[in-house]
Parts: sequence; C-alpha cells; structure tokens
Amino acid sequence: MKLITAVIKPFKLEEVREALTGVGVQGLMVSEVKGYGRQSGHTEIYRGAEYVVNFVPKIRLEIAAPDGDVDKIVETISSTARTGKIGDGKIFVWDIEQAMRVRTGEQGEDAL
Amino acid sequence: MKTLLNRAGLGAASILAATPVMAESHVAPDVSQHTVFILNSLLFLIGGFLVMWMAAGFCMLEAGLVRSKNVSMQLTKNVALFSLAAIGYWLIGFNLMYPGDGWAIAGYLGAFSPTTLEPVGVAADAVGDITYASVGSDFFFQLMFCAATASIVSGVLAERIKLWPFLIFTIILVAIIYPIQASWKWGGGFLDELGFLDFAGSTVVHSVGGWAALAGAIVLGPRIGKYKDGRINPMPGSNLPLATLGTFILWLGWFGFNGGSQLAMGSIGDVADVSRIFANTNAAAAGGAIAALILTQIMFGKVDLTMVLNGALAGLVSITAEPLTPSLGMATIIGAVGGLIVVFSVPMLDKFKIDDVVGAIPVHLIAGIWGTLAVVLTNGDASIATQIISIVIVGVFTFVVSLVVWLILKAAMGIRVTEEQELEGLDKSELGMEAYPEFGKGSQFT
Repeated sequence: MKLITAVIKPFKLEEVREALTGVGVQGLMVSEVKGYGRQSGHTEIYRGAEYVVNFVPKIRLEIAAPDGDVDKIVETISSTARTGKIGDGKIFVWDIEQAMRVRTGEQGEDAL
Repeated sequence: MKTLLNRAGLGAASILAATPVMAESHVAPDVSQHTVFILNSLLFLIGGFLVMWMAAGFCMLEAGLVRSKNVSMQLTKNVALFSLAAIGYWLIGFNLMYPGDGWAIAGYLGAFSPTTLEPVGVAADAVGDITYASVGSDFFFQLMFCAATASIVSGVLAERIKLWPFLIFTIILVAIIYPIQASWKWGGGFLDELGFLDFAGSTVVHSVGGWAALAGAIVLGPRIGKYKDGRINPMPGSNLPLATLGTFILWLGWFGFNGGSQLAMGSIGDVADVSRIFANTNAAAAGGAIAALILTQIMFGKVDLTMVLNGALAGLVSITAEPLTPSLGMATIIGAVGGLIVVFSVPMLDKFKIDDVVGAIPVHLIAGIWGTLAVVLTNGDASIATQIISIVIVGVFTFVVSLVVWLILKAAMGIRVTEEQELEGLDKSELGMEAYPEFGKGSQFT
C-alpha cells in the first residue's frame, strides 16, 4: 500500500479528479495549502507598492492505493496537472504501514 | 452652500430677530412662499438622508480595506463616531457653525448653545425663516456633513489606534474644530466675506477631515511592518466587495451632499440647478474612476481596484467645491484630475512613511485642495488668490489644532495599542469580538 501525495496548481484540480476517476481511483483527499518550491513565490502590486507573495496557493491530493496501481496514478496526475510552466507541483509516494475502514474494521488493501 | 445670507438667519437663539436677505431669485411669481419653504425643506431632508447613508459607505469601504483582524473595530468606530457627531453637533456644533447674528467674535467664533428646533406644528408666521427652510431640516442636513468629516479620519488611523482616544478626538472634531472653520465660510464668517467659494465642501468638509487625519497619522505612526528596511510592505484589504459597495454607497450619497447644497428647490432655476449638480457629480466620479483605471494600468502594469475606488471618490471630492457651473465635460475632467492625483499621491505618502490605510488623505485632502482650486475654471466669481488663502487658513487651523489635540491625547492616555495587541488584531485585543469568527475550522466543527 502506498500513499500518493501530489501538490498541484489549484485550477488543475477538476481535470485531475476526472482523469483519476477515469483510471479507477475511488477516493481521494484534498486540502488547500500554501507553500513554495523552486518557484519561490511571485510579486504582486497593491496600491502602487510591489510585494513578494512567498507562499503560493496550491492543492494537495492524497490517495491511498494498492502497490500495483501506483505507477498508473502517478502517471495520470503528472500528465494531467502538467502545464510545462514553473509551479506545476510535486508528487511524493509513501509507504503505508496499515489501513483500516472504520465502519467494518477491514484492514490492509481491503480497507482501501 | 451658496445662499449664506438666508442661512445666517437660522440656528441662533435670536432666529426671529434676524432679517433674512433674499438671495437670488428663489421665489418665482407663480410659486407661493409656503411652497418654496416646503420644497426647500424637502430638499434638505432628502439630501440629508442621502448624506447620512455615506456613513454606511465609509464604514463598508474601511471594513473592506483593513485586514480581517481589525474589521469589527473599524465598524465600531464608524457607528460610534456617527452617533457622537449627532450629539456633539446638537450640543455645540450647529450654533457654533451658524450663529446668525449671535457671534461670540464676529466672523471668527460663533455661538455656544445647543440647537432648538421649531415647535411642534409650527405656524407659517412662527418659523425661523419663511424664505428658507425648517430649522429641523437644516440641522439634520448640516449634521450629516459634520459626521462625514469625522468618518474621513477613522480610515486613515485604522488598525493601530485605541478606540477611546479616537472617540475623544471625534467629539472635539465634530463639536469644535469642524464647526468653527465651517462658520468662517458657510456661517457667513470672514472667509465668506473674503469671497471664498466652496459650494459643498471640498475644503470645508473633505480637506478638513484630511488635515485632521494627517495630523493623527503623523502622531500615531505607521502600522508595524508597513515600512521595513526601506521597503513598503503592502497589507492588502480583507474584502474588496465590501470596499466596492462602500464606494458605490458614497457615490449615491454624494448626490445629496452636492445636490442638497444648492439649499433651494423652490423655483425652476433652483431645481434645474440641483439637476445639473446631480449630473455633474456623477460625471466627476466617473472621470475619477476611469482616470485611475487607465493610470494604474500604465504605471503598475495592472489595474488596481482599490485605486479605482479611490479615484471615483477623488473625482467626487474634486467636484464638490463647484458642482454647478461646470459643463458635463468639464466636470468629467475635474474629476479625472482628482483620480490622477490619487494614483500619484498614494505612493508619495508612502515615501514620507505616512501610513494611510484607506487612501483618505489623497482622496479627501489632496483632491479636496484641487477641487477648491478648480472652482476658478468655471466660476467667474472665484479668485485663485482667495481660494489659496482660504485653503491655507483652514488647513493651518485644522492641522495645528488637531495636532495639539492628538499630542495631548497621546501624552494623557496613549493613542496606540501595544505591539502585541496590534499584531493580534484590534478585534481581539480591543473588542474581544471577531468580524468573521466562523472562517476556517470553526464553521465546520461548531
């Protein structure tokens, strides 16, 4: 079992969700986050004064998946979220030690 | 407010003794004196409640341009200052501003007494001035101008001033500072005799609010972190829809502000003049907004909405000293110059490290000076020298007295919250009440 954490541009969320549904992903978690990577923020102007916005708004997706589905999911996210411009985001894959469905008590991949 | 001679008969204790002089041709032969009185009073009442609504405009504009941690405080200040203006103007302000022939020092210092209205169901032969309007309508209308002056101050000093010192200053402003200088022009005082022209108050209202605010901003200092290491650190407003709504409300209220200042609606000439004023006022606001729209695009590469809002208001302030005589085209240009002034003077104030949260000093003070000068463009009775002298006299008086009051308040009780309170936000530290308590997690879990 793996946890795929993807940080993407907010306006790509709907497109990515549709693509993931298309490859059989049945559940995902979404949160609004701010941060910076190599893009390291951007400048904006308010009332004539420039200022740096250090933390850029992003969307974080979290998907728990059986090992066999991971490559497909990562590929789907990266191809859908890509614009080719700076700030497209990152994808991280983690090991999951255990999972449980609260309602039934099922464990492991059955719980996903 | 051009018909001063009529006005001089009102407000003082000796209203009946005054002999009002008929100014201009307000009474057409086919309209009875009673009808003129009724229509004039109606103009004041309609104008007055429109100007009252400007309090809502200022309130929403300021609520939108401060950060969310200071919104409740800004709302509190606005409702409190409006209410204090109502009391202060009744107790002292109105008769200080319009002493009639009851001047304490002729032409310079008016009468100190509370305002009394005409009795219930007053008869035509017992009204204060049958050629003018009811005392109640006049008082109500004038009060709203006084309150508008105080509203200007609150936005400049936002996000760092303590509530009570601000309110004490407001009382002094509405009861003493504003009425005294306004009596010099509108009460028939020495500036009026000098030939100073300020129809609805580019100087008497707007610059005065701006000067008082400027003095306060200097004594108070900028917000923490606004000017750091030689850089300007913008603190974007929390709610631009509210700021835009506030601007439109002010724009609406301005029709009462300028239109009502015709002070007469009892003849074809007067009602046509009121109509001209409405149209010109609107044109100037549009000119100011468009000028700021274009100039911010050119200067900053993107349009800045908050500057466009300020630009519309600066256009309104610019036309306020003379909304009657310009053509529609000239009104648009006068307003547009006001809009340009805002875009240039906002960064200029930042260079001097004067932290004006909502842009009220450019809008009301600097555009107010421009509007007062612009009277000479279309009104042949105006003299540029007299306009300048009057701007300086009113400016020096208001700025110096305000500065002294602010310094006394600072020494006596402190006018600024602590650093920790400021960083936490005045909503929590001064009020213990947040404007948006359900933003974030709260709304989902409670």
